[in-house]
Amino acid sequence: MPVLAIFSALVIGAVVIVLSDLTFFERLRADPALALGSALDEVFRAYGALFTGALGSPSTYVDAFTSGDTARMTQAFVPLSETMLSATPLIFTGLAVALGFQCGLFNIGAEGQLYVGAMFGTFAGFFFAGLPWFIHLPLAIGFGFLGGALWGFIPGLLKARTGAHEVIVTIMLNYTAYNLISWILKVPGYQREGRSDPISKVTLDTSWYPVLIDGLRANWGFILGLAAAVLVSWFLFRSTRGFEFRAVGFNPTAARYAGMSIASTTIMAMTLSGGLAGLAGTSVVLGVTHSLTFGVSGGFGFDGIAIALMAGSKPRGIILASLLFGALRAGATPMQSITGVPIDLVVVIQALVIMFVAAPALVREIYRIRVPETTGLETFSQGWRA
Amino acid sequence: MRLELRGITKRFPGVIANRDINITVEPGEIHALLGENGAGKTTLMNVLFGLYQPDEGEILIDGEPVTFHDPGDAIAAGIGMVHQHFMLVPVFTVTENVMLGVESVRGPLGQQLDRPAARKRIVEISDAHNLHVDPDALVEDLPVGVRQRVEIIKTLYRHSNLLVLDEPTAVLTPQEDEELFEIMRSLQASGTAIVFITHKLNEAMEIADRITVLRAGQVVGTTTPTEATLESLAEMMVGRHVALVVDKEPATAGEVVLDIEDLVVQDDRGHVTVDGLDLQVRAGEIVAIAGVQGNGQTELVEAVTGMRRPAAGRVRIGGQLVKLEPRAILEAGVAHVPEDRLEEGCVPAFSIAENLVLNTYYREPFSNGLQLDREAIQQAATGLVRDFDVRTPSVFNPVANLSGGNQQKVIVAREFSRPISLLIAAQPTRGLDVGSIEYIHRRIVAKRDEGAAVLIVSTELDEVFALADRIAVMYQGKIVDILDPEVATPQQLGLLMGGSRPVGIVEAEAAGERTHVVTSGG
Repeated sequence: MPVLAIFSALVIGAVVIVLSDLTFFERLRADPALALGSALDEVFRAYGALFTGALGSPSTYVDAFTSGDTARMTQAFVPLSETMLSATPLIFTGLAVALGFQCGLFNIGAEGQLYVGAMFGTFAGFFFAGLPWFIHLPLAIGFGFLGGALWGFIPGLLKARTGAHEVIVTIMLNYTAYNLISWILKVPGYQREGRSDPISKVTLDTSWYPVLIDGLRANWGFILGLAAAVLVSWFLFRSTRGFEFRAVGFNPTAARYAGMSIASTTIMAMTLSGGLAGLAGTSVVLGVTHSLTFGVSGGFGFDGIAIALMAGSKPRGIILASLLFGALRAGATPMQSITGVPIDLVVVIQALVIMFVAAPALVREIYRIRVPETTGLETFSQGWRA
Repeated sequence: MRLELRGITKRFPGVIANRDINITVEPGEIHALLGENGAGKTTLMNVLFGLYQPDEGEILIDGEPVTFHDPGDAIAAGIGMVHQHFMLVPVFTVTENVMLGVESVRGPLGQQLDRPAARKRIVEISDAHNLHVDPDALVEDLPVGVRQRVEIIKTLYRHSNLLVLDEPTAVLTPQEDEELFEIMRSLQASGTAIVFITHKLNEAMEIADRITVLRAGQVVGTTTPTEATLESLAEMMVGRHVALVVDKEPATAGEVVLDIEDLVVQDDRGHVTVDGLDLQVRAGEIVAIAGVQGNGQTELVEAVTGMRRPAAGRVRIGGQLVKLEPRAILEAGVAHVPEDRLEEGCVPAFSIAENLVLNTYYREPFSNGLQLDREAIQQAATGLVRDFDVRTPSVFNPVANLSGGNQQKVIVAREFSRPISLLIAAQPTRGLDVGSIEYIHRRIVAKRDEGAAVLIVSTELDEVFALADRIAVMYQGKIVDILDPEVATPQQLGLLMGGSRPVGIVEAEAAGERTHVVTSGG
């Protein structure tokens, strides 16, 4: 099904590519066959650039390896490295949202939690000087987790104590986080010396995620993301606490009857979810930008919602969905520079993928997949509960 | 209208819900469709109502074959259906609900609803059959029994002459049952045919002209109340001999296990629904609380199981004042079969195995404190599924996919397999078929015989009489009387439940025939 969803999205994306070129209609009037041929050609060129921009091109790999030149070989892996780099924060935010879903909570605040995590992580990154990297990096990562966790704890506590709906509170806390960032980036001691624009000090290189291979930007943040996915998977499906999370998520009343505490489970779930989103923040500021600005997220927190939904809140699926979205992001820029098809097409494709994943009935209808007729019992997603 | 179902077969993947079903319903006949849950009664009626298309067979009305593509076709042909779950808009009045979909309009453009016209017809229908429905009342203010009558009016308003009632008594009190039967007789007298779906034997015997029994999707046979006995019907339904009342020895009551003193509990809206209640349950006896729904039974059970904080009073379990919090109560050796099995009793999306450890998952051997021991859980689940006869291909199946009886067995297996001193069961067999009822009743009696104190809450008089060693009658938040089931009659009990004190009881009281008297309040 996900494969069909992606395929359908690419097909409609192709139509968008063709129709967005206004000269296409004139050429269509002049010579329909030629116009259709060239349109098809354009689609293939755009998608070709997107794919090679995200995964690298086979010919470059072959050339690099036959030449035996290490620099060229590294260079061939740049697209793949960029995909991993883009996927890393998405894995964390996807896990953050999924953890909430599994506990029946809709954490829309991953974006804000990411920012607060990035703020804390950046602070640890430039403040603690003179530490070896193996102390400094975990410390900075821990700060990032803490910042996000704090931003998740607040809505968790409010929900448990007062019943305030987490969707409302987390949306509000996103705005609070933006304003917090805009304030702290102007505070002397946090703001970079000699700069008047909102940008933080540069973090020390002892707090940076080491790169996986010299010459590439992909770093250990990606590996940490994979490890987090394994850990979250263990936590949800193997641990005693995770059992409570899922029981509360599926049926809070029965969970209460069974002696579980809804309040403490809710607080803990939101805190952990926020912490994971905070790690997404560290993966950017300690892995890519090395300082904090407004540009560090670019919607990773919101893409995390889409990724968690696509993956059915399963960690394995989150890794795959994050790699897909990461690949689209990584391939977008080369596509635009080579073929002139705007980057925004990628957003269209992402949106279409989400739409097709969210509407399985539509995909079944298009591809005439027979669904087994049930006896009237439907299982509904527990993702959104009022 | 004469309805004939001829050779109806309906398949779902892996299941044949209906196989070659032939039924004829004569005009003015009350035809009971009797069968266990999952026997295919509802599927068959959904085929009749156009919700499903039959794979084979045909429907004939007055000898003419008809095809229903949707419920609209069925309604147009004069078939009315009252579903188990009512299809009413709570914030609309009775009149608005009845006219919804067939609105009468007035004005040159038909722009205005003609409520008075609709109201007039509703009053006519209501009067003709003694339905006593106020056309201007808001549906949300009406009790369940009256809402059901609104549903009946809806069908008559659409000129139905064949009425399908899907388990209509499941939501009613015994008194309301009688009222419904009166209405059914009145409808019958006016020539309306009624298909009465039920799994309750005595109801079919009381009201039906003919009874068709379904089992596993097939017609076992058609009989009449004069030919059949309760036993023969039960056997037709289940396919084996069924004990309608479980054998049990007289109770040998021991120490007081549950001691409730002066308990006051409020409901969600702050109304006092349990009002100074006193009750004791001893080891080795079954006390059944009988009462009409809404007299505080739900809140009483919630308070005693820690789900609702009482406003006042004391609850002692095994002589100890326990912290009224679910886990503390569970740890004190209390088992609880909640009223609503899908909402409160289990997590339907979880597997059978997970549900079987839903309240013991955190303890040895199922968890080492950090991680669950899946092997131990699976092993325990496999054993329980076997011991408690849960019909499922695997312990990993979600509970949502089980039948109601098997879902209840999962809950019973979980609660009964722990060492317990007190069992609290609310409506333990609601909506279950005779086979499952027999099974669960036997298990409850077995728990009693092992020495557990048992508190049952039930609105089913049959169940109260079948299980109880003492019957505590609850009315308006108090225990108004405690009866000996050997002596009391259903009529006496029914009157007490309704709040009146029957003469017979007072005489019996004077004669000292009753075992125990507890006056409430104080």
